[in-house]
Amino acid sequence: MREAIDPWIFVYAAYAIGVGGTALMIGWSWLAMRRAEARRDKVRQGGVRQGGARGK
Amino acid sequence: MHGFANPARFLRLARWLTPLLLLGGTVITAVALGWGLFFAPAESLQGETVRILYIHVPAAWLGMAGWMAIAAASLAELVWRHPLAAIAARAAAAPGAFYTAACLVTGSLWGRPAWGTWWVWDGRLTSMLVLLFLYFGYIALAQASENDDVGGWRVTAIFGLVGAVNIPIIHYSVLWWNSLHQPPSITMGKSAMAPDFLVPLLVATLGFSLILGGVVLARMRAILADMQAEARLRRKAMAASDVEAEA
Repeated sequence: MREAIDPWIFVYAAYAIGVGGTALMIGWSWLAMRRAEARRDKVRQGGVRQGGARGK
Repeated sequence: MHGFANPARFLRLARWLTPLLLLGGTVITAVALGWGLFFAPAESLQGETVRILYIHVPAAWLGMAGWMAIAAASLAELVWRHPLAAIAARAAAAPGAFYTAACLVTGSLWGRPAWGTWWVWDGRLTSMLVLLFLYFGYIALAQASENDDVGGWRVTAIFGLVGAVNIPIIHYSVLWWNSLHQPPSITMGKSAMAPDFLVPLLVATLGFSLILGGVVLARMRAILADMQAEARLRRKAMAASDVEAEA
């Protein structure tokens, strides 16, 4: 006897993986970009002070 | 093309293109998936499970497109020494790996009700799994050579180029070997798929592709910013040691 399978369970699981994973990836890459650019700008500002001290 | 290899010019372009691609891709994907889930018809043989198509096929396309981007960027890195090519290849690896894994998992979820099994070791599924392992290898190699000299980066680029051999194997696997997986429904210029399924599928593929483009740009900006910060810190450390030596 063939077992009865509810197809919607498989459909919802596939959508959860595709949509949830994509949303996580967008959020993670966006936050990583913002963090890295903020760190670079902070280092640059610090670098200006150091460069000034070095020039003296 | 060569003009965009300049980091300053790239950043000017990427600053407005990144949010545009992410936002545009998200809206288009949401429309396509809503269409596929609630308005597209069920298929006569597969019933409702055909809706997995709108996730599975874009994921497969992006998994392969991600590696093609790695191969193209690796070639540019090796031949033209583009400063951004290596960064582009590294940025494409993690999203490509995610979509390859998503393709395998959603394919498995589709296979259980459609074929009666979660997995078969046939040419298509196995070559896709090999692609996932290639991504893992590439990511590990890229991380290992992160602080290396040019040689380490070059080995990573060669790996990216050689791994592209797997892409035609994935594509032709359903023609070369017996498989439970169906042959390609969409080929150059024609489709065996009814428009009711084809149109939302193409829209979903466009939306996911724009998202991938936005994610790769965001990751490129993050890697570039990290490299610029590290270079600045190294210069500061060298300047400080020069001052100490003079004193």
